[in-house]
Amino acid sequence: MTTVEHAAGASGASGRVGLDRQSITGLVFGLLGIALLAGVAPAISGSGRRFNFEPPPDPAGIGFHPPTWVIAIGVLFLLTAVLGFAPPEARRWASPARLLSALAVIPLLLVLSLALSDNPSTNIVNLFNESLVLATPLALGATTGLWCERSGIINIGIEGTMLAGAGIGYMTYATIGDAQSTGWLWFSILISVLAGGLVAALLAVLSIRFGVNQIVGGVVINLFALGLTGFLRSEVIVKTGITTGVGTSEFGLPLLSEIPVIGDQLFRGKPIYWMMYLVVIGTWLVMFRTPWGLRVRSCGENPHAAETLGVNVVRIRYQSVILGGLIAGLAGAWFSMESQTRFEDNMTNAAGFIALAALIFGKWTPWGAFGGALLFGFSRALGTRLQFLGVEVSGFEIPSEFLQALPFVVTLVVVAGAVGRSIPPAAAGQPFQRSK
Amino acid sequence: MNGARNANAGIGRAAGQVHRVLTEAWRLQPLYVSLYAILLSFVVGGVLISIIGVNPFTAYWALLRGMVGGGDEIAGSLARSVPFIGSALALAFAFRAGLFNIGAEGQLLAGGVTAAYVGALSWMSDLPGIVAIPLILIAGTMGGAIWGGIPGVLRTKTGAHEVISTIMLNSLVLFGVRWMVNSRDPVVLRDTESTVPRTDPISDTAVLPELVDSQPVLHTGLFALVGICFVVAFVLKRTTFGFEVGTVGLNPHASHYAGINVNRVIVASMAASGAFAGLAAASEISGTNGFFQPGTFFLMGFDGIAIALLARTNPVAIIAAALLWGSMLSGAPLMQQEADVSIDVVRIIQAMVLLFVAADAIVRYLFRVRELDQSPFKATSVEGAV
Repeated sequence: MTTVEHAAGASGASGRVGLDRQSITGLVFGLLGIALLAGVAPAISGSGRRFNFEPPPDPAGIGFHPPTWVIAIGVLFLLTAVLGFAPPEARRWASPARLLSALAVIPLLLVLSLALSDNPSTNIVNLFNESLVLATPLALGATTGLWCERSGIINIGIEGTMLAGAGIGYMTYATIGDAQSTGWLWFSILISVLAGGLVAALLAVLSIRFGVNQIVGGVVINLFALGLTGFLRSEVIVKTGITTGVGTSEFGLPLLSEIPVIGDQLFRGKPIYWMMYLVVIGTWLVMFRTPWGLRVRSCGENPHAAETLGVNVVRIRYQSVILGGLIAGLAGAWFSMESQTRFEDNMTNAAGFIALAALIFGKWTPWGAFGGALLFGFSRALGTRLQFLGVEVSGFEIPSEFLQALPFVVTLVVVAGAVGRSIPPAAAGQPFQRSK
Repeated sequence: MNGARNANAGIGRAAGQVHRVLTEAWRLQPLYVSLYAILLSFVVGGVLISIIGVNPFTAYWALLRGMVGGGDEIAGSLARSVPFIGSALALAFAFRAGLFNIGAEGQLLAGGVTAAYVGALSWMSDLPGIVAIPLILIAGTMGGAIWGGIPGVLRTKTGAHEVISTIMLNSLVLFGVRWMVNSRDPVVLRDTESTVPRTDPISDTAVLPELVDSQPVLHTGLFALVGICFVVAFVLKRTTFGFEVGTVGLNPHASHYAGINVNRVIVASMAASGAFAGLAAASEISGTNGFFQPGTFFLMGFDGIAIALLARTNPVAIIAAALLWGSMLSGAPLMQQEADVSIDVVRIIQAMVLLFVAADAIVRYLFRVRELDQSPFKATSVEGAV
């Protein structure tokens, strides 16, 4: 098939095509570097900008001179560009340089946004913390996708699973606990988690037992969850008259939150946020360090080989998909009982799709997916911060929609293979038929 | 080499399976599964209605009267169904080519915003309706076709699977149009005199003629979309291009060896798919709304999947399936008013229809519909697992 041949040719397996892609990346960085040195650095104002590390009054922080930083990053970009075309013996520095340049985009954005705003300073520790908090549902959702897809089931129903968890959890909290009692709050979060598991079980039964196309199965879940939670909201939640209540409360990690300046900002947080780290670390441990995790991954790569070795592919797939659903249920609880204490129709607002994007961005690995979630959380947090700071580029404000759309642009670029191709598990989407 | 092939093949197999199911397995028993799926979904909905303490027959009677209870209701149902014909056609055409166009949602937005932009251009009011109306419809169609063509190009040039790229493009265009419609500084497309975010009203000359003053208004866009269904049926059945689309959908490798330009067919099918969605959006903008709002087409692209599957990708059957879909949504408010049942019940029933149509093994089992021995679907369904 010609598309396959095209794809294979473009993926850079042969040296020549791979070189082309490096050259393109080098060119892009080169142009960016020239633009920064010649265009941006002279244009921005240079005095008295500060990154604070704590809230006012009298915050600790560092002052900096924006043009100097822009010039430094511009030089780094140019260096990366030059290394892309360097003779083969210097080529080994090209890859680390590209990585460093890619990472430098984040400080560049921060420096530029402060240089272009009317405010001379902003708290970056707090911005970092906001990024992490906003990454919570994305990281949990991406982990859901990881469990499903690594076992061979494509899950585009993460959005619906989260929404069902959010709706059913809050409904429980509002009807039993009047949205006030801490004991019932935890019970309701548990119900959210179980609801997520139940919805995922539906996807598992459809795709494993009935061999339904997995993408259609995911769409069924998204539509069903929207209808069901809308129904529950208008028939149950609205009739209780409880529109909002007491959500989970912050606590500081012992010792770490005692660290001066940053401790109180970075190591205080709400429980589902902390659980997100446990889930990501746990997923990595179980999936890559236990025999069961190896079996899950083998079901996603080559189920028939796994079966030959005595792995019960059907059971492993059920287990992984339902485990993923439980995690998505927790992400749902974050929406309706941690971030806010209420339920609105469609309150997950495409977070499930951003989580899917983070998973693809992270090349189907736990830490990659977490990194993607963090990047997308950062773009959301920065969007809010830019509005707050009133950043203007030649007289017009940067719309928050641009930064909200960023995850999707980045993922499109990655999927199209422009920067480091992302490859799904080989058997994802393939129905498994047990040998007789 | 293997990596990219896997990337393509992984989800490709899933989409290919839908296609096989659609074109081969169900041809022989065209109606049973769909009818039983609808029946079963209403039973599930009825159980839900009983749980909240309402007699399901009362609720369904109100729903039915809301759908077809009188001239106005019928006209309203028809009007509500018109855009679904386009979104379902977008899915069905791509299915025929073995592609899963999950991006109709975004193509509707792209088509709608283009149509609204062209319709509100100042010189449009100088044109006679006979020029202005085709112009706004073509603009929307082009907008949808371009947005639908992108994933086709990405697929052929880079191997990016259309399911993933269309999901990303859906969200991308949503944020794009939200910005265009919301932004006040600078004003992009926002109608600055309106309190709600929407585009400027289109020129009077670009409004599709009204047929019945129902709620929503039944307009002549109906003829455009019904007509296009027959055109597509003809193209698929009687033209070389239609034959190529069907062949590529059945087996791209064989098509390649038979001398068909597979890449061209993929890009053209995706663009055509997007064009149908864009036409649906343009007809809504021109005939019903008169301006563009980002929320107008919410879920319409995903509903298209259900309708296309319900109609088994048959372009003419889509008209009937879309009618059912639109009229249920149109009848739901009366059910809410008279029986005090949330209109979300209809959405649940619709999700169930998609579920039962897709998982036809459940329906076959419950209703003892005989399955043919040679059915290729059998290999991948009940017999396969557990």
